[in-house]
Amino acid sequence: MFARAEQLRRAGVLGLNERNADFIMRLNPRRLYPRVDDKVLTKELALDAGMAVPELYGIISNQGEARDFGRIVAEHDSFVVKPAQGSGGDGILVVTGRSQRKRNSFRLSSGVIISENEIAHHISNIVSGQYSLSGNPDKALIEYCVRFDPVFAEVSYQGVPDIRVIVYRGYPAMAMVRLPTRASDGKANLHQGAVGAGVDMNLGETLTGVLDNEIVDEHPDTGALVSGLRIPEWDFILQSAARGYDVTELGYLGVDMVIDRELGPLILEMNARPGLNIQIANRTGLATRIARIDDIYSADASPNDRARVARREFAAERQTSIPFDD
Amino acid sequence: MKQQYVFGLAAFLAIVGLSLFVYKWQVLDFPLGRNQETSVWTIESSISFDSGPGSIKVNLLIPTLTPGFRMLNENSVSRGYGFSLNYGSGGREAQWTIRRADGPQTIYYRTSVYQDDGTSQSDTTPPFPPPPVINEPFKTAVDVIVADVKEQSADTASFTAELLRRMNNPSPDPNVELLSSNAATRAEFVDSMTTILASARIPARVVHGFDLQGRQRNAEPIAWLEVHDGDRWRYFNPMTGEENLPERFLIWWRGNEPLISVEGGSNVQVSFAVQENHLDAVTIAETQVAQRGANAIDFSLYSLPIQTQAVYSVLLMIPVGALIMVILRNMIGIDSFGTFMPVLIALAFRETKLFWGVILFSVLVALGLSIRFLLERLRLLLVPRLSAVLIVVVILMLIISMISHRLGMETGLSVALFPMVIIAMTIERMSVVWEERGAADAMRAGLGSLIVAVAAYVFMGLPWLEHLIFTFPELLLVVLSLVVLAGRYTGYRLLELNRFKALAER
Repeated sequence: MFARAEQLRRAGVLGLNERNADFIMRLNPRRLYPRVDDKVLTKELALDAGMAVPELYGIISNQGEARDFGRIVAEHDSFVVKPAQGSGGDGILVVTGRSQRKRNSFRLSSGVIISENEIAHHISNIVSGQYSLSGNPDKALIEYCVRFDPVFAEVSYQGVPDIRVIVYRGYPAMAMVRLPTRASDGKANLHQGAVGAGVDMNLGETLTGVLDNEIVDEHPDTGALVSGLRIPEWDFILQSAARGYDVTELGYLGVDMVIDRELGPLILEMNARPGLNIQIANRTGLATRIARIDDIYSADASPNDRARVARREFAAERQTSIPFDD
Repeated sequence: MKQQYVFGLAAFLAIVGLSLFVYKWQVLDFPLGRNQETSVWTIESSISFDSGPGSIKVNLLIPTLTPGFRMLNENSVSRGYGFSLNYGSGGREAQWTIRRADGPQTIYYRTSVYQDDGTSQSDTTPPFPPPPVINEPFKTAVDVIVADVKEQSADTASFTAELLRRMNNPSPDPNVELLSSNAATRAEFVDSMTTILASARIPARVVHGFDLQGRQRNAEPIAWLEVHDGDRWRYFNPMTGEENLPERFLIWWRGNEPLISVEGGSNVQVSFAVQENHLDAVTIAETQVAQRGANAIDFSLYSLPIQTQAVYSVLLMIPVGALIMVILRNMIGIDSFGTFMPVLIALAFRETKLFWGVILFSVLVALGLSIRFLLERLRLLLVPRLSAVLIVVVILMLIISMISHRLGMETGLSVALFPMVIIAMTIERMSVVWEERGAADAMRAGLGSLIVAVAAYVFMGLPWLEHLIFTFPELLLVVLSLVVLAGRYTGYRLLELNRFKALAER
């Protein structure tokens, strides 16, 4: 037991207690939380900073407006409904199109047909606070549904694959691609069963994947190799992630981005308590990289400088060809 | 920097808690164990006499200094008499007075004592006694004996022992015979010994007391010889010369003054009864604390009304449950619903007992969950839905109670003790997790909650721990300090070792 703990410590693995006590509590003052917990605010801040985000179609902030959503989406066939203060991807509804036969029925990313009423109910659940972190009344966001770039088409089962970058004191420290599976119901959250694939910070190329804390090579549903995929506009992604820090001022930050076929990388949301599975996906401990960033930290560095440093410092050792047998 | 504050605070709390604990345990004699009982002897003296025509005044010598014993309480029962306690030349005296009384009178004085080796005698060193005035021919006999004994002894103790040996010799020499012939009772004999010792300038006195053993209806005071050797008082068996005191010898009064004096009454009789009781050691410690006036630092809960005590004996275990919760969640890494839900469930288990508690809890949550899924189809808004779940939980509890009562399983009735609001919230959270993250996650967290609840139940139910916390509530400060320390534990959680095992193998 202690030997294992010692091994993990040497590998620079960050544990939950250490993350909470030493990084989240120290670097993420609670007063800054609304900047990431309230997606409306996040969107505004990101827009003000000139960052790319999915277009907002409308906000529903009380029960009476729940039925208005039909009017809000009148001109759109696909859209996403999400709680402004949701956590962990809970309560997000991805509508990819309208039913052929009935104009007021919608098709979800899973293929299920859902009526307008059911969506209105879901929205009123969101507004009443069912998915909000605090349980307080919430707002529902209706926004552009990303048409994801075909780069991950082979390794995604429905849903939108996204890229999670951990940003420590403004420096991108580690990244992974999160690939939805059948088990995750099209959601890109690892604890819901999505596959996470580590990313070589230098090349923006995927490494091995992780599924339920186990290392996997192939996507469980499509069977395609998750490693070796080159992420487009990698520099821009790293720069956007680095700027996430300037916008939120959170020293330990997770930036979630998606790559749209036409619009390129968009910031989907940011997270003040990003999970630790990214370490397994990258087969690398975060603590080591955090220590390195503390060494080279410079308060004057611009977001682009910090993205460049991250590319230089955190290139992965080539490991995709190393066989392993677990 | 902050780390130091945390350690400082934790150390401070632990030190305060532990030192109060040690003080109460060592100095105030609060018992560590549960149900520790101490023997308490109640000695009752009843004084009966016939009243004369005038005013009556009764004086009874009562215990003053009682080496080896501590007094728990004393009281007197005497109808219509004024009662006071005074210090007289022979020690403490109880005095009863009345202007007029008719017929035979009985007065009771009662005291309860328990053994306490800590009570050493704090008597002052007496002056050397003046040479007694003794008439001839006794004076000569005494002088001869003193001279002889002095010859054969080294110090006060050996002098006394030798003197007693001679006086009790079955074939006494004439001088001894002359002196013993005067003493009709043991008390008189001991009194004459003090006279002889006084001639040798040795301070000595008679002590009268009782050998406390079980129940004695008519206990007779026994005279013993007490001799001061310049340092302390020593006790000698006047019949054998051995230096000892019976194991449980309660000294009632000292000297040769009469035990009782009644003015204005006649036909006086005093009798003693001894009874042994067993009393909770905590009660004795309490009484003792009150007598010493040390209650400034006494947080004792035993002074509260019994019902309140019962409430607190449960409430005080909640911090223990919280500590278990902290350990299981932050050090082991077990998932559970709600922060304190498992602790509250554990409280309910106290009443239902573990086996039935787990079964009832599982049944309740399973039924509630299935009804919750039916409610989901109705698409109710959050607050009405929660209320509906709550009402369903109450109805389910009622049904479970009814069915188990019909089946003759009375344990089922205790389902009513489950915190229904907490269960309703658990069902709601579990169903949301079920929907969002799948059955596996929901079951895992549900099982985790149950494991934490069972662990908390086991620790919260330890009788010795319950007693310890209730008797020494200051130990809660120690619990607090442990929780504060756990709050800065940044090592891996036990389950993380497994979670990240892929990284360790590299």
